[in-house]
Amino acid sequence: MATTHAQPREGRMAGRAFAYWLTNYRRVWQGTIISGFLGPLFFLAAMGFGLGSLVDGGGLGAPGYVEFIAPGILAAQAMQTAVGESTFPVMGALKWQRQYHAMLAAPLGVADLVLGHVAFVAMRVAITSVAFAVVAVALGAITSWWVLLAVPAAILTGLAFTTPVFAFAARQDNDAGFNVLFRFIVMPMFLFSGTFFPVEQLPGVLEAVAKVTPLWHGVELCRSLVLGTATAAGSLGHVAHLALWAVGGLWLAFASFRKRLVA
Amino acid sequence: MISAHRLTKRFGGFTAVDSIDVEVRRGEAFGFLGPNGAGKSSTMRMIGCVSPPSDGSLRILGLDPARDGPAIRARLGVVPQRDTLDEELTVRENILVYGRYFGLSRAHVRAKADELLEFAQLTDRADSVVEPLSGGMKRRLTIARSLVNDPELLLLDEPTTGLDPQARHVLWDRLFRLKRSGVTLVLTTHYMDEAEQLCDRLVVMDGGRIVAEGSPRELIALHATREVLELRFAADDHAPYAAKLTDLAQRVEVLPDRLLLYTDDGDATAAAVQRRGLAPLSVLARRSTLEDVFLHLTGRTLVD
Repeated sequence: MATTHAQPREGRMAGRAFAYWLTNYRRVWQGTIISGFLGPLFFLAAMGFGLGSLVDGGGLGAPGYVEFIAPGILAAQAMQTAVGESTFPVMGALKWQRQYHAMLAAPLGVADLVLGHVAFVAMRVAITSVAFAVVAVALGAITSWWVLLAVPAAILTGLAFTTPVFAFAARQDNDAGFNVLFRFIVMPMFLFSGTFFPVEQLPGVLEAVAKVTPLWHGVELCRSLVLGTATAAGSLGHVAHLALWAVGGLWLAFASFRKRLVA
Repeated sequence: MISAHRLTKRFGGFTAVDSIDVEVRRGEAFGFLGPNGAGKSSTMRMIGCVSPPSDGSLRILGLDPARDGPAIRARLGVVPQRDTLDEELTVRENILVYGRYFGLSRAHVRAKADELLEFAQLTDRADSVVEPLSGGMKRRLTIARSLVNDPELLLLDEPTTGLDPQARHVLWDRLFRLKRSGVTLVLTTHYMDEAEQLCDRLVVMDGGRIVAEGSPRELIALHATREVLELRFAADDHAPYAAKLTDLAQRVEVLPDRLLLYTDDGDATAAAVQRRGLAPLSVLARRSTLEDVFLHLTGRTLVD
C-alpha cells in the first residue's frame, strides 16, 4: 500500500472550496428558494390543514394536527435538502464537472474540499429551514419562540445525513445507487420516522427501527422544542445521536474521498 | 525542478510506473512520450502531488510531495488530461474561482484574469458561459486558468489531444511563449510532432518504463536514420517485399499497410527500388521522426 502521509494542515483551506460553491449557487438561488418554500408548504396545506381537519375532528385536543406535523416536516425537509445536495452535486464534482479535481490541483486537500462542500450543504439546509419556519409561523402552524432553536436543530439533522451520504456518493460509480437511496431509505424514513404520526403507532420492531434513524431524533428534537415538551436530557440525547451521525459520516467521507481522489 | 529516483506507482498488482529516474531542469520543456497506458498520466499525477508514490523518491521544487503537497501545488500549474472547467460559469468566472483556490485576493485575481484572457485570446469571450465554447477554446481557458498563480512549473497532460490541427498550432504557440517567459513545462503526449515541436528533452515511456531519453534530435540520430522511405504495395502482406529489399536500407520495418526503409538518402533508395523492377503504389521519402524512434525501440506504432 502507498505511503499516505497525513497532511497536517488539511482542512484550513475549506473556506476556499466553500467560496466556489457559493459562486455556483448565485446562479440558481432564486429557484431553490421557491422550491424550498413550495414543497413543504404543500405538505403543510394538504396534510396539516386538509387531513388535519379530519384528525382534529376525532377530538384529540391540543396540539392540533398541523402543529404536530409542522416541526416534523421542518426536520424531514432538512433531511431531503441535505440528501439531494449530497448526491448528484457530489457525483458531478467527482465525475462530470470534476470540480474536486480542479481544487486538488490547487493547494486544497481532501479535507478542505469535503469540509467546504459540507459547509455549503449546511447553508442550503439553513436557508430552506428558515424559509419553512417563516411560512409555518405565518400560517400559525408554529406558534412558539422555541422555533429559534428548532431551526438549528433542523440544520443538525441535515448534517447527520449530509456526511454519511457524501461518503456513500463518493463510493458510487454512477448515479443508479441514488435511486435506491431515495426510494428505500429516504422515502421510508420520511413516512415512518415520526413526521406524520408518532412512531409508537408502529409494530414493536419497526418502532425500534424508527427510533435509531437520525430523522426520528431530528423530528423529536424539533417537535419537543416547539411544542414545549422538551426535556434537557431528552434534547441532549437527540443532539448527541445526530452529532454522532454527522461526525462518523464525516470520518467515512474523508476516507471515501481519499480513496477515490488521491490514489 | 523535478527529481525522481526509482519512482514507482503500483495499483494493486499492476505496476503503472516501474522504477523511473527523471531530472527536469529549470526553464526547459520536458516531455513524457508514449502510447496510452505507458504510465505517463500516473507519473504526472505523482508530480502533481495527488497520487502518492508506491516506491522510490520524488522531490519537486526541492520539496517532498508526501509532506509538502499543498506548498508544492501552490507553485504548480496543472492542465489535466480532461478539462475540469465549470461549464455553467463564464470564462472569466472560471479564472476568478480558480484563483481563489490559491488564496489570492479578489483584486489581484481580477487583474490577473484580464491578462490571462488576453494571453489565451479569449478576451472577447470573457463573459460567455464555457459550455458552448470549442474544444480549443476550452483548452486555452484551462491553460490560462492554470497560470493564475504564476506557476514556476506547468504540468500539461496531453494538452492537445482531441483538438483539430489549427487549434493545436494556436496552443503550441501559446506554450512556446510561456517557455520563453521562463516557465518550466512538463508535458505528456502520444503525438510525435508535439514532442518534436515543444520538448527540449524527453523520455520515451513504454509499459511503465523509460526506454530512451534525450533531445528529439539526439533520439532520432541514435535510434533512426536521417530519412525514411515509405512504400505501399498492392498486397495484403508486405513481408515478401521486405525480403527483396533488405539490402537497400539499414533497416526495414513491416507495417500492416506499408514498408518503412531506414536510409540516409530516401530518394536514392527509391531509385534503387525502381531499378529492381518493383512497382509500389505509393512512394514517400521523409525525415525520420520520433514515431520511427518509438517503432524501433518498442516494435510498435504509437497510435493504434
